[in-house]
Amino acid sequence: MTNTDFTLAIEDLTVSFDGFKAVDDLTLYLDKDELRVVIGPNGAGKTTVLDLICGKTKSTHGSIKFRNEELTTLAEHEIVQAGVGRKFQTPSIYENLTVYENLEISFPSGRGVFGSIAFKCTDEVDKRIREIAGEIFLDTFLDMEAALLSHGQKQWLEIGMLLIQDPELLMLDEPVAGMSVKERDQTAELLKRICKGRSVLVIEHDMAFVEKIADKVTVLHQGKILAEGDMQTVQNDPSVIEVYLGH
Amino acid sequence: MNFIQERLLGGKNGMIGIAILAALIFIILPATLDLFRLNLVGKYLTYAFAAVSLVLLWGYGGILSLGQGVFFGLGGYAMAMFLKLEASDPESTKIQSTPGIPDFMDWNQLTELPWFWEPFSSFGFTTLAVILVPGIFAFIIGYSMFKRRVGGVYFAIITQIIALILTVLIVGQQGYTGGINGITDLKTLNGWDIRDDSSKYILYFVNAILLFGVIFLSRYVLTSKFGRLLLAMKDKEDRVRFSGYDVSNFKIFVFVLSAMIAAIGGAMFTLQVGFMSPSFVGIVPSIEMVIFAAVGGRMSLIGVVYGTLLVNFGKTMFSETFPEFWLFLMGGLFIAVVMYFPNGLAGLWDKHGYKLTNCIKNLQCVNVAKAFIDSKRKTKVDVAND
Repeated sequence: MTNTDFTLAIEDLTVSFDGFKAVDDLTLYLDKDELRVVIGPNGAGKTTVLDLICGKTKSTHGSIKFRNEELTTLAEHEIVQAGVGRKFQTPSIYENLTVYENLEISFPSGRGVFGSIAFKCTDEVDKRIREIAGEIFLDTFLDMEAALLSHGQKQWLEIGMLLIQDPELLMLDEPVAGMSVKERDQTAELLKRICKGRSVLVIEHDMAFVEKIADKVTVLHQGKILAEGDMQTVQNDPSVIEVYLGH
Repeated sequence: MNFIQERLLGGKNGMIGIAILAALIFIILPATLDLFRLNLVGKYLTYAFAAVSLVLLWGYGGILSLGQGVFFGLGGYAMAMFLKLEASDPESTKIQSTPGIPDFMDWNQLTELPWFWEPFSSFGFTTLAVILVPGIFAFIIGYSMFKRRVGGVYFAIITQIIALILTVLIVGQQGYTGGINGITDLKTLNGWDIRDDSSKYILYFVNAILLFGVIFLSRYVLTSKFGRLLLAMKDKEDRVRFSGYDVSNFKIFVFVLSAMIAAIGGAMFTLQVGFMSPSFVGIVPSIEMVIFAAVGGRMSLIGVVYGTLLVNFGKTMFSETFPEFWLFLMGGLFIAVVMYFPNGLAGLWDKHGYKLTNCIKNLQCVNVAKAFIDSKRKTKVDVAND
């Protein structure tokens, strides 16, 4: 495979679990500074694609290149260090630590064993933590134990934990699941703000939310791409309508 | 100064806790107990090293090792090998068929010192070996387990099996290890008799100082970002991994560190008790160490020291009167701790301790008020008398 200008280039990616192909010969390119939304019915392989990119699942064959660096052979933490951040479907935060400590742990320095023992929370780190906390609407909750946050706030906190690492590719798995209408609007605004200067890949079910944020939408079905384009085109595509409304 | 206060002593509350424990171990116990009992406390305090190591590994790291006795034992055996070689000089072993080798080797028809015993004639080497042999062993186990992402109950079972294997090995290879009796009849350390009264006092205090050193070191590690990462891993290992950390390296490190801490305890055990045997290596002592930590509170470096002391005092008292009941009581204690106060003594103290301190404070206020009223009354009476 040749090198490209894309931030993320997935080519011929396949993963099969005991013969079942969850992702089947998938090819997908993501531009620099692009916000892409992946939609699709349950079991379409959306989350599996994220798992493959971040190294949680190993591909059967195919390639994933991030800034022309092959990811399929790297370990999870190396993929993160290369600049890929991933938010999980259910908020995955450290419940027994405070919001501040959650962000501090995610700060990208002192990542080795001895580095972490010698790590000092300098003014620079402190400033960055407060800045991020402001962005994710949690600046007044810094000392609160994360377990006490609302579901929506937990989702934001996890987004913040990724933002503090300043990843070049940010992957969000259903960021507004379980959020109130107001929180959804705030999240849409947040996403628009944070996608500047980085590529963002979002998996989402909520169509109203997708309409609000998406430049380009990819529809996955049975591990394959069914349609790709702007929201309008995709929504009017007969095969998409068939998959979503048919049966 | 700030660094010492915050990072090593654990802030104001931590300092009070350390001060009380230090007063107990350095002043109260030596002043009130006779040498026999003090030596017993010294022995218990060597188990406290293993309990402290479990705070790091189990309390913070969430990795339950049922094989801390292995590292305790390796440290103890390393020290015992040095002491045994010193006790086996040709002069005092001249009745053996091969003088100059440890007695149990002679009984097992060995005619020369095995190669791996040779370096233990050097005290410098032995001191290093006490820490490094268990450290390296833990690294090998940790590397092969954690890199393959073996954890939880599987890890606990594997460590338990290692404890069993090591015991069987030591018992079976009695020509090299002293077998079931262990390595006994230890006399001097570089010519210094470890059996007389003054050395028992000295060893008690050396042991106590080392224990505090280990507590400070552990506190330093746990209050760093490393400590918070351990807690984070216990909660959401994947999140830590997908935040760019190599989780296995952190687990290997904490396992190795805990092994080294337990090993120091083992070496001090040998010095104070005067022998080392497989009964301090196997499954039962390993599980007892877990119980010490659980009773004391597995999240508290200070609490586990109290836990160790209490359980061991209990063990000594009960096994003197009802020897057959002790094991049942120990099991019952463990179940009770797990079910009713999972954070052990330290948890109880955090929850109810303030009542006691408040009570004392109130007492003081009451006393001051009383004194005040009394003095007023007295002046009144004085005035009236005038």
